[in-house]
Amino acid sequence: MIAQQMVSGLAAGSLYALTALGLVLIFKNTDVVNFAQGDFGMVAAFVALMAISQFKVPFVLATLVAIVTTAILAVVVDRLTIRPMKNASMLSLMIATLGVYMILHGVAGAIWGRDTKAFPSPLPSDPVSVNGVVIGQGHLWILAFGFIISAVLFVFFRYTTAGLAMRATAEDRMAARLMGVNVSRIFALTWGVSGALAAVAGILLAPLVYLSPNMMSDVLVKAYAAAVLGGFGSLPGAIVGGLFIGVAENLAGEFISTELRTTFAFVLIVVVLAVRPTGVFGRRIQAKV
Amino acid sequence: MTAFRLHHLLWLVPLLVVLVFLPSFTTTFITYLLSLICIYVIVALGINILTGYTGQMSVGHAGFLAIGAYTSARLITDLGAPFWVGMLVAGLASGIVGFLLGIPALRLSGAYLSTATLGFGLAVEQILQNMDSVSGGRAGLSVPKPSLAGFVLDDRSYFYFVLAVTIVMSLLALSILRSSVGRAFIALRDSEIAAQAMGISLARYKTLAFTMSAFYTGIAGALFASLVRFLAPENFNMWLSIDFLTMIVIGGLASVLGSVIGGIFMVTVPYVLGELQDLSFILMGAALLVVLLFMPGGISAFLSRLLDLVTGRTTAKDIEQHVAKPMGQLGRLPEQSQSANAPASGTDLLGVKES
Repeated sequence: MIAQQMVSGLAAGSLYALTALGLVLIFKNTDVVNFAQGDFGMVAAFVALMAISQFKVPFVLATLVAIVTTAILAVVVDRLTIRPMKNASMLSLMIATLGVYMILHGVAGAIWGRDTKAFPSPLPSDPVSVNGVVIGQGHLWILAFGFIISAVLFVFFRYTTAGLAMRATAEDRMAARLMGVNVSRIFALTWGVSGALAAVAGILLAPLVYLSPNMMSDVLVKAYAAAVLGGFGSLPGAIVGGLFIGVAENLAGEFISTELRTTFAFVLIVVVLAVRPTGVFGRRIQAKV
Repeated sequence: MTAFRLHHLLWLVPLLVVLVFLPSFTTTFITYLLSLICIYVIVALGINILTGYTGQMSVGHAGFLAIGAYTSARLITDLGAPFWVGMLVAGLASGIVGFLLGIPALRLSGAYLSTATLGFGLAVEQILQNMDSVSGGRAGLSVPKPSLAGFVLDDRSYFYFVLAVTIVMSLLALSILRSSVGRAFIALRDSEIAAQAMGISLARYKTLAFTMSAFYTGIAGALFASLVRFLAPENFNMWLSIDFLTMIVIGGLASVLGSVIGGIFMVTVPYVLGELQDLSFILMGAALLVVLLFMPGGISAFLSRLLDLVTGRTTAKDIEQHVAKPMGQLGRLPEQSQSANAPASGTDLLGVKES
């Protein structure tokens, strides 16, 4: 039973981790806490659905279209809202992304309606049984993609010039600029990659739930918590945080109360934060006076 | 906070006159909306104390509203407490929870703090959903009509009561925020380190801001319960918390006037749009962005500048200066540094005492 809950927890956790990765990436490089991250994924799921059902595009192509569209959307959001308020406080930037969140929500509702829609997935979804542990294949795909994407990101940051430039920008924006890094382009790249990550999360989640403008709300909240738990700013922290929250809420659901599992997840986070105010992997914040 | 000038408040007089006489001429529904506006104004004052003045973002104020609403409703229905007692206890209960939340929040800031408050709001909603003994389960919780001194209040007299409470709470907020306490809040918002170096106790004033903010919202919750007279946990969801945050940014952060405008805005716009829920979302989001990008200080600061322009106190060029620059810090206007609001010399500026 515990193994069962662990596996479903890890699968849910992978989704949180994917979304959290996008959040952390944006925060690390541009100092923005992006409330709209979840809704990027929601938009991607709807775009993919539209491509499949209305334009009869094959699934893989539709997914690619959705990912690219969302990446572009994220870059546009950065250009139109975040970039013009470059010197604003973190609070203003957060509230600005809240505005973007509301707009995306309203636009999605206006275009695609508020009634829920099923998402067709070509991936087989029958549960498989391994040593008595029954796992939905949808969950397995999420785990697999979560792992692949983390690996790709690792390689990207470790071995490519763009990845190095991004790390440099996150470390010290001014120094990176002096070293010839085009910081403006790095910002666009950051938002684009985060948008793409959100798109993958949205499309992976879509077959498991019904599509609606609200579909990512729960994931966003958990991803947010995951990022915080991991110490907002650490990519491995986001992954560990996401998996941890997924497992913790499933175990709480099993042993304490199904209805109160979100509550327990958050109580846990507040406790962790009370002990370590910048998360488990977070560095101590040194404020300049 | 824009510099306080008496003529800024003059326009409140016609507003009050309208508010006092309007219910006599309109439907009960308009009276209901007017009461709701007053309640939102109290919430806006509360959240502004925490977010606008002290700079602590809360995405969980619906939780405080729920605590206030259910405390008052339970006291009235189970113990037969008078309505005003329910309201005061609701404020206190919410204030205590705010104080308790303020303790772990002491060490948190930015994203960490907003996660903690977000979690708090979600937790309150979820706990209420699962505590049938408090929330009445699926049937929800009905609240009787409020009565004062043996008289059951009808919609119109209840509105006058709510209006009176709102005015008292606004004046209370004004006087507290213009005292050393308010200046300590602002100092902490602008720089925790500098404020502490000036002798301001971070622990005391941050928890005080949380407590006050929660107290205001709890009072509003009690008024809300007796207004809608039916409570369901789902009504106190994350969106409501986001609405609360939105309204103070649009109305004006760190401004009592801004709280009033924000409350009016947040009740009126969705009502006018009615069924067009999506359009309401888009408009609110766009309004947020427009305020952040082009109207530092929200609608209240914009109106003050407009009024100054009309009365000839400022030139158009001054305004351009304010508007053209995207703001550096929320609710922090160039005007603020002027000394129009300066306390008399010799007063205790920041509440620092020799010990």
